[in-house]
Amino acid sequence: MAIKKEQDLRFKKFGTVSFTAITKTNDFVSYLEQGKVMGTKCKDCGMTFFPPRADCYKCLASNMEWFEVTGKGRLVTYSKLEYGPVGFEAELPYAIALADYGTYKVFGRLSKNIPENEIKVGMELKTVVNQLPNGQVNYVFEKA
Amino acid sequence: MGKVGIIGVGQSAFVRGFPGSIRELAFEGFKECMKDAQTSVKDIDATIVCSAPEYDKQRSPAGVFAEYLGLTPQPTFYVETLCSSSTTGLKLAYSLVKSGLHDVVLVLGFQKMSEISSAESQERMGRGADIQWESPFGTMMPAYYAMHARAHMAKYGTTPEDLALIRVKASTYGQINEKAVYRKAVTADMFTDPASPMSGPVASPLRVGDCCANADGSSCIIVANEEKAKAFSKKPVWILGIGAASAPVNMAGRDLFSGLSVGEIAGQQAFKMAGVTPKDIDVAEVHDCFTIAELMAYENLGFAKPGEGRELIRSKATYKEGTIPVNVDGGLLSKGHPIGATGGSQVRTIVLQLRGEAGNMQVKDPQIGLVHNIGGVGLYGNVLILGR
Repeated sequence: MAIKKEQDLRFKKFGTVSFTAITKTNDFVSYLEQGKVMGTKCKDCGMTFFPPRADCYKCLASNMEWFEVTGKGRLVTYSKLEYGPVGFEAELPYAIALADYGTYKVFGRLSKNIPENEIKVGMELKTVVNQLPNGQVNYVFEKA
Repeated sequence: MGKVGIIGVGQSAFVRGFPGSIRELAFEGFKECMKDAQTSVKDIDATIVCSAPEYDKQRSPAGVFAEYLGLTPQPTFYVETLCSSSTTGLKLAYSLVKSGLHDVVLVLGFQKMSEISSAESQERMGRGADIQWESPFGTMMPAYYAMHARAHMAKYGTTPEDLALIRVKASTYGQINEKAVYRKAVTADMFTDPASPMSGPVASPLRVGDCCANADGSSCIIVANEEKAKAFSKKPVWILGIGAASAPVNMAGRDLFSGLSVGEIAGQQAFKMAGVTPKDIDVAEVHDCFTIAELMAYENLGFAKPGEGRELIRSKATYKEGTIPVNVDGGLLSKGHPIGATGGSQVRTIVLQLRGEAGNMQVKDPQIGLVHNIGGVGLYGNVLILGR
C-alpha cells in the first residue's frame, strides 16, 4: 500500500481567506505565529524581498535566509473599504495600505486602533502580527 | 513590409444581464463587424478570442466560438490579459498579419459578467492581482485604484471634485451612445448628495460614481494586410503604433502610485513607432475603469504633465469640442466595462471617429487617434495609435 505523503499546508492560515495552500515560503506563517513578520534575502547576491520569495530571479539561486521586518515604515497610500469581496464582509470596514521601509515595501492592513483622523500619507508605521477571530493570522500596521 | 489596416469593427450593446449564452453574446459583436467589413467567414484566416477567465463556466471558448460563428477549420486561440485582453489580441493579430503568416485576422472580445454576483465579481477581479500575498487582506479593484487616487491627491492636491468631473463628462456621452449600459446623466452635485447612489462610499476616496459600470458585451475587430485592406475597405484605418508593457503584480514591488507605469511605457513605445507626439492625437479612448484612472492616463500619455491632469477636465479640454477629446463615447464609466470586450470597443470608437462615422459623438475631422487599455491594476498596458 502506498504511503500518502503528508503535505505542508501551513500557508492556508495566512490572511482572512488564503488562496494559496502550498508554497516554499510556508515558514512565513510559522514566523507569524511566533510574532514575527519576515522577508527573505538572497544569500548569494544579497537582494532583499518583501513579500518573501523562495527564488532569486537575479542570480537564479534558491538560497534564501529570512530577515525580520523591524523598525518604522512610512505610509505610502491606503484605502478604506466599505464594500468587500466574498469572504471578507464580516470585517468591513477595513483599510488596506502600503508601507515603505526604504529598501522594501510592505502591503497589508491598517490597524483599526488608528483613529481615522490620524491617518496621514507619510505617517510612521510599524508592522505587527495580528491573530484573526477565525483562527487565521495576518499582520497590520500600527502607529510607530 | 506593408501596413496593417483595420477593415471592420463591431460591438454588441453593453447591457446588464444579456439574455443569452456567451456564444450568442459573441455573435452580436461578430455580426456587426462582419457587416461593417463586408467580409464572409471564408475571408477570415484566423480568429483570436479574448476575455478574462472565470466569469462563465466555458473552458477554452475559442473553439466554441469558431464553431458557432462558422470560422472552422481556420486556426483559433484564446488570449487574456484581464481588462486589456482584446487589445492584446489585436497586437497578436497585427503580428500574425505583419509576419505574412495570415492575410486577415479577426479579434473577438467578450465578457458575460452577469453570470456571477457583484461581490463574486469583486473577488474574481481581486484575484487578478497577487493572490498569495495581497488577496488574503481582502483586496478588490476599486480599493487598488483608490490607493492610487489617495497617492495622487497627497502628492498633487487633486480633489474628489476633480474626479467627479470625469464621471460627469462620461455621462454626457453615455447618454447619447446607444451602445452604453448607463444612459443617465450624472452631475457633480450627486457626489455630495447623500440621497444619490453616486455618493455612496466604496473604497475611500472613491465613491460609487467613480466606478465603472459592469456589463455584458462583445466586441470584434478585423485586421488585414495592406493589399487586402484596400480591397475590402474604402476607409481602412491603419495601425501606426503599438506599445505594451507589464508591471510588478504586488504593490510592494512598485515605485509609482500617482500613475501607472505600464501606461507611460506602452505610450512611449507607441508614439515612437508611429512617429507622432501626444500633441498630434486628435481623439483618444483611455481606460477609465475608475475616474482616477482617466486622470492618470492624461498624465501617463503626455496629454498633461504629472499633477496637471485635473486642469484638462476642469477646462473641459477632454470634451468633444476640446483640444484633446477623451472617451467621448461614455468610456468604461458610462458605456460600461465588459472586461474582455472593452479594448475592442475602444478600438471601434476610434475607428468610427477616424472614418467620420461616429454620429453625434463625432469630433471634428480627426486624423490620428489613440487607444489606451489597461489590464488589472496597471499590471498590463497596451497603447495603440491609429491613423487614416
